[in-house]
Amino acid sequence: MVKKLFGKKIGMTRYFLEEGDSVPVTVVRVGPCVVVRKKTLEKDGYEAIQVGFEAQKESRVNKPLRGQFKALGGRYFKHLREIEVESSEEFEVGQEIRADIFSIGDIVCVRARSKGRGFAGVIKRWGFSGGKDTHGCRSHRVPGSIGASATPSRVFKGKKLPGHMGTEQTTVKNLKVLDVRPEMDLIAIKGAVPGSRNSLVEISKV
Amino acid sequence: MDVLENLEKEQMRLDIPYFKPGDTVRVHAKIKEGEKERIQVFQGVVIRKRKGKTGATFTVRKVSYGIGVERIFPLHSPNIDKIEVVTRGKVRRSRLYYLRNLRGKAARIKEKRI
Repeated sequence: MVKKLFGKKIGMTRYFLEEGDSVPVTVVRVGPCVVVRKKTLEKDGYEAIQVGFEAQKESRVNKPLRGQFKALGGRYFKHLREIEVESSEEFEVGQEIRADIFSIGDIVCVRARSKGRGFAGVIKRWGFSGGKDTHGCRSHRVPGSIGASATPSRVFKGKKLPGHMGTEQTTVKNLKVLDVRPEMDLIAIKGAVPGSRNSLVEISKV
Repeated sequence: MDVLENLEKEQMRLDIPYFKPGDTVRVHAKIKEGEKERIQVFQGVVIRKRKGKTGATFTVRKVSYGIGVERIFPLHSPNIDKIEVVTRGKVRRSRLYYLRNLRGKAARIKEKRI
């Protein structure tokens, strides 16, 4: 069976549990992912299936990519990704993998590209505490000293400084699946998930 | 977004009666003490209602032994057993924060004539 599926972040809301607690959840539309190609040990050196997610118009797919979808006969997808499996024999090209591979109570890891923060200062980027806002202080959000003087007379590599933040692959581990709706291809995951709404997320069972 | 809205609608409670800021309500809240569950009644004036689907809340204010007490309840929480509307108040604004500065006779709210 597959342990991983691709989806699209829909947004966040809250769920009331039976005990009365209100918990934050992220709703993700997972799948259906369609098997486009099977990779085998003999031919490719490893076992995997290539899946497509989110239908796309033929005119929006360039010619080299169209060849990849030839086996499906007229179906095209926005995203092409690989899922590693124990044996790709179990799968058929054109087979749909849906949200029902998840069940309520599963622990999952979610991987996605985080929201871009642009050129961020040290407080946002590294969690520095910054200076005082009042009492005559004139440095509020600056990093302060970045090293000693004559020795070593340089700034050490890897020093935490301002710079570009976000839009990098981020993984959040051990989130709980609180709800699964296979008929709507939706699952609800407890807590936050990286990325903005409508961004591609990868959900894998632990 | 309508996907989220539909999911939220499933979570919402439809048995909650209609009330407005200025109304006096009795909120029967479920309280868990270890294993046991009991119901506590909190009666007071609604001084605020916040909109939202499942996230909607309302604030009830009462004066208990001379001390003002305010409780914020999630409108759709399963911890609310039921809500009774005691009186309908006649007020001219939606947030009755001015009641916090008033006490005794001045803090009364005119009843709405129906």
